[in-house]
Amino acid sequence: MEKIFRNLSLSSASLVFIILIGIFITLFLASKDAINEFGIGFITNPNWNKEISIEIDAKSSNETIKNSKVNEIEDFNLESDLFSDEDDIMIDDEDDIIIDEDDMLFNEDIKTTFTDYGALVPIVGTILTTLIALIFALPIAMGIAVFLSEIAPKNIAYPIGIAIELLAAIPSIIFGMWGLYYFAPIIADLVGGYQVSLLTAGLVLGVMILPFMAAITRDSMNTTPDVLKESAYAMGATKFEVIKDIIFPYSKVGIIGSIILALGRALGETMAVAFLIGSIFALPTAINSPTISIPVAMANNFGEASGLGESSLFYLALILFVISFTIISIAKLYFLKKAS
Amino acid sequence: MRLLINKIVLGLSTLSALIGLAFLGWILVTLFIKGLGSFHFTLFLNDLINGGLRNLIIGQFILAGIAAAIGIPLGMVAGIYIQEYGRGKYAEVIRNLSDIMMSAPSIVIGAFVYAIIVVPTGGTSGFAGAIALAIMMLPIVINTTDNMLSLVPRELREAGIALGASKYKVIIDIVIKAAKVGIMTGILLAFARIIGETAPLLFTSETSNYFSLDLTESFPSLTVSIYDLANEPEQSSRDLAWAASFILTVLVLTINLAGRFFTRNKKS
Repeated sequence: MEKIFRNLSLSSASLVFIILIGIFITLFLASKDAINEFGIGFITNPNWNKEISIEIDAKSSNETIKNSKVNEIEDFNLESDLFSDEDDIMIDDEDDIIIDEDDMLFNEDIKTTFTDYGALVPIVGTILTTLIALIFALPIAMGIAVFLSEIAPKNIAYPIGIAIELLAAIPSIIFGMWGLYYFAPIIADLVGGYQVSLLTAGLVLGVMILPFMAAITRDSMNTTPDVLKESAYAMGATKFEVIKDIIFPYSKVGIIGSIILALGRALGETMAVAFLIGSIFALPTAINSPTISIPVAMANNFGEASGLGESSLFYLALILFVISFTIISIAKLYFLKKAS
Repeated sequence: MRLLINKIVLGLSTLSALIGLAFLGWILVTLFIKGLGSFHFTLFLNDLINGGLRNLIIGQFILAGIAAAIGIPLGMVAGIYIQEYGRGKYAEVIRNLSDIMMSAPSIVIGAFVYAIIVVPTGGTSGFAGAIALAIMMLPIVINTTDNMLSLVPRELREAGIALGASKYKVIIDIVIKAAKVGIMTGILLAFARIIGETAPLLFTSETSNYFSLDLTESFPSLTVSIYDLANEPEQSSRDLAWAASFILTVLVLTINLAGRFFTRNKKS
């Protein structure tokens, strides 16, 4: 019995390990087509689901086609075969390459069209919304943490602390709806531009991570030993000086950790951003123009995509997973561990 | 001068606390006004196809319930391993990984379940949605169990072992009992969190307009339907989305507060 229980608990614990490795491997395998097709250049490619025509002369096209691993046409003779066939030759495989033969008749060139996918727009959108959220939430979260740990008397700090934590418990989809119908119109009036934009998405995201950041920052600040604070007060320091010179230096590592952790959360947030970012695959030209982020691109396109498109979405998921895994690991294993 | 700066900073800090509270108030007031405005008792009696929410609410509870039925026992047993059995590096690695997994993007977990369940079985299903939620819940339960067990004094365990009880008996009859309240609270908070999740359900369970208990088909989900309804152009759909959001928020906050109240009462 003892042994059974022990092994049961060991295997449940290993499940965490298996799931995480499983996520990584599954995402990698599912995005293999896209990785093979686009390679690392995926990250810097601004196109998404875009039909691209490339005109190449007959000679080099043979090489291009070879390069893109289209086995069926690897050794066919372009000059003779193409002209004798019907209108179009469509090679319908994962590469989505269509060779338009009509053009060839006129100018000896092959026009190929294929669907291009790249991650630049969602990556930029994700980073910018997270940055805006951070810039907005950081000072307020610090203020709340200072208020809760240093200023407010215990009987006020407790209910306010709970209220802030309740704000963190509200489902993200509610933030999205509220943001879209009530918050964004006000921001759009103030700043101009669209209601759905980088700015409004970032700000609502900021409101969302605010309580989370405030709560862990407060916990870090609370670890400062009272003796240190009291000796500073005894020297005649004001509250601000105690906060600035004693508490911040003491809990610095923990505070940085909580900021990075909040950042990791903001990167992967889907629903609140989905309502507000506008979901347009275009690089933002201004802070109030719509764009898209990685989670939103996944949320909106997953069901409908297939083939290379779906594989590219998995590639996006892999990128997001790797980025957030790295950031969260750094926050938890380096900063927060060091702090405690 | 020093005193002035002190006052300004303290004022700013209090102001930010007020800003935080103002956001909470703003969201809640909005929900109350919009939600109650379109709230009607018949919402609980009709399915979405007839303009009600009954199937969605029941569906969301079933999804979260199955997730809890999978995630809670696995998470608790895993937490027990880390705290009670684990010696050395392996337990520490699992603890860290589960900590990291807690903050993993929920949409990625959705994509993972999509790849391993939805694609092989050929379509969205309630089962896939419940698995996605269970994966979200697992690390939270592990973390809570781990933390709460670490608070149980060593002497209790020693006393049990001195009486000749085997280790698993000590764990089940003494350690778990001592940490019961804390673990229950953690589980309630975890449940409150996953019942409001949308992203992992979007392409795993999807949603359905009809009442359904069939876990092999697309399954009605309150949160996914809120997302769909809120994006419809008709005002009536949006009103329904507000009513649904209101119900969801009340539900989540009630479970959350119940969890906190529970601990507070037992502690004092």
